[in-house]
Amino acid sequence: MYRILEKQHLNPTVGKMVIEAPLIAKKAKAGQFIILRVDEKGERIPLTIADYDRARGTITIIYQIVGATTMALDRLEAGDALCDFLGPLGNPTKMEGLKRVAVVGGGVGCAIALPVAKGMSEKGIHVDSVVGFRNRELVILEEEFRQASKEFRLMTDDGSHGEKGLVTDALRALLEQNTYDEVIAIGPMVMMKFICKLTKEYGVKTIVSMNPIMIDGTGMCGGCRLTVGGETKFACVDGPEFDGHLVDFDQAMERGRTYHAFEEQQCNLFRKEVEQ
Amino acid sequence: MANMSLEKQKMPELAPHIRNKNFQEVALGYTKEQALAEAERCLDCKNPKCVGGCPVQIDIPAFIRKIKEEDFEGAYEIISASSSLPAVCGRVCPQENQCEGKCIRGIKGEPVAIGRLERFVADWHMSHQKALPSKPISNGKRVAVVGSGPAGLTCAGDLARKGYEVTIFEALHLPGGVLVYGIPEFRLPKAIVAKEIEGLKALGVKIETNMVVGRILSVDELFEQGFDGVFIGSGAGLPRFMGIPGENLKGVFSANEFLTRVNLMKAYLPDSRTPIQKGRRVAVVGGGNVAMDAARCAKRLGAEEVYIVYRRSMEEIPARKEEIHHAMEEGIIFKTLTNPVEILGDEHQNVVAIKCVEMELGEPDERGRRRPLVKEDSEFLMEMDLVIMAIGTSPNPLIRSTTPGLETNKWGCIVVEEETGLTSREGVYAGGDAVTGAATVILAMGAGKQAAKAIDEKLKN
Repeated sequence: MYRILEKQHLNPTVGKMVIEAPLIAKKAKAGQFIILRVDEKGERIPLTIADYDRARGTITIIYQIVGATTMALDRLEAGDALCDFLGPLGNPTKMEGLKRVAVVGGGVGCAIALPVAKGMSEKGIHVDSVVGFRNRELVILEEEFRQASKEFRLMTDDGSHGEKGLVTDALRALLEQNTYDEVIAIGPMVMMKFICKLTKEYGVKTIVSMNPIMIDGTGMCGGCRLTVGGETKFACVDGPEFDGHLVDFDQAMERGRTYHAFEEQQCNLFRKEVEQ
Repeated sequence: MANMSLEKQKMPELAPHIRNKNFQEVALGYTKEQALAEAERCLDCKNPKCVGGCPVQIDIPAFIRKIKEEDFEGAYEIISASSSLPAVCGRVCPQENQCEGKCIRGIKGEPVAIGRLERFVADWHMSHQKALPSKPISNGKRVAVVGSGPAGLTCAGDLARKGYEVTIFEALHLPGGVLVYGIPEFRLPKAIVAKEIEGLKALGVKIETNMVVGRILSVDELFEQGFDGVFIGSGAGLPRFMGIPGENLKGVFSANEFLTRVNLMKAYLPDSRTPIQKGRRVAVVGGGNVAMDAARCAKRLGAEEVYIVYRRSMEEIPARKEEIHHAMEEGIIFKTLTNPVEILGDEHQNVVAIKCVEMELGEPDERGRRRPLVKEDSEFLMEMDLVIMAIGTSPNPLIRSTTPGLETNKWGCIVVEEETGLTSREGVYAGGDAVTGAATVILAMGAGKQAAKAIDEKLKN
């Protein structure tokens, strides 16, 4: 069992937990992920590592409450324990040779983008950041991002916080005035797709972090496969980060919807269970 | 006087039209009377060929003699001296290519049903066992075993019996490897695997789940932690795909994924939280045991028509005879000499059909199997909404890429000394699919056994 040491809500639909997992904490690096099961009957879900503390032996996860499993996860509190927690899986973010980067985070993807931005700025890399949310209520990690960035732009769809507009608008402005070795974009698939379209215009290499459906996370099931540059890749062993200009986003988005109907049904079942 | 019947005692089985709708075990096992009658078919040859056909050299005539004497526990002791997982092997070994393939009774008529007798003995032992074995006195030496499939369990069991302190590191949340995630409940009940594992734990074997060696710990770190030897039995790993257009459509799965959802994650149970796509018309590509398992699972999940699509003929099909027979009985349709060339999807990228070509067999290849050749202008479509690729696996790169000095071949399989399982790294042994590529449970067990012997010889002094 893996104890939950802290829990808090970052916004009404996003939670954060600090989990006791000393061996994983010893090895974890930005860009890697874990797989967890809430209880004995639970499904295995992958979540990117949001932070780690080697001295304390903890891993921080940030999750959006979107399905039955994350609903069940969110019912747990500090002092409870998770049934299974394994990692660190996937390859860490490559930072070697980078001098100037722009990090783009969208929604809960900011939780994954932050350790990348932090890790890079700690290495002395110049980091400019753009983060985007639907509205003020959903904003997370604003202060943390500001601290990790030289220039920081916060966008909301409705202008209720920061600037009104999309992350692509802000990134375009940055690309007009700066040159970057790389853009790192982490967020909803459709956001990453349009960021990649934009950076292609500017000829700037762009790394995206993919979060496909997955079971084992060690290369056994092949469920997480996606097409990158015309080749089939497994997100768990080849990724989760890929060259965004080569990723077939439309296919990845469709594959992500494979179990849509089942997931809705599970959510309804879970809500009923909770009500009773 | 020997029983001279040309046929084996029939195995009691669930009726095909009932069992293809549930996940209960198909073969029900011999009764005592059937086992005794079948044992009498054994001629107790002076020079028994069957033993040479067994990858772990069970003294087959001796255990059958004990059955004849109705000393079933004695029979169990003989089997378990050579095999750590008798209840498993009695169910999943390809006996027709091994012990039974060599049986003299098979020249005229059917061979002695050695596999069924082994299962009878193992099941008898499980239901009559009074106490679990006790932990032998420790010799103070520690061995780490990576992976808890048949190779790892066998190696761990043999070493524990000799007094080694063994810890198994398993990547998944349950131990058992392919016995748990791959082979379905109706062929190998998970309660049996769990019992075998309980037996190992009673011998003092520790099992740490959720430990992906190569990520959380490297092989070198295992030595730093004080292990004196390491056995790698990490399995075959990455599923292969054909490399044809449409393979990433929704509704195309590797057999590994499909079976893992069904078996490990119990997606066939109504209250499972892991989703599974239940096809209406299903094509399983491949002709091995994994293909049969996937096809029979798909049928049980409610598919109307399930096809095995195999590029060679029924002559070459590699699955165990009994699995093919069971699959046919359950209504699986065999489409042989057929090979998919493309998978077609609709506007939402859901599979709607596969495009296939007809094949014919040409000259034998270097392994003696006749090479399948495409018939010209033979393309045709088969309507499908689910396609499962069961065409093998390639080794997982995690361990080889994190273990400096560990030699692998051009396919990524770990290179070992045949007799001992010793790798290019001192103190590191390997066996099972990680070495051979996808093979059988019993071969993996044989490799685990050999390695345990070699590790003991190396460490005991």
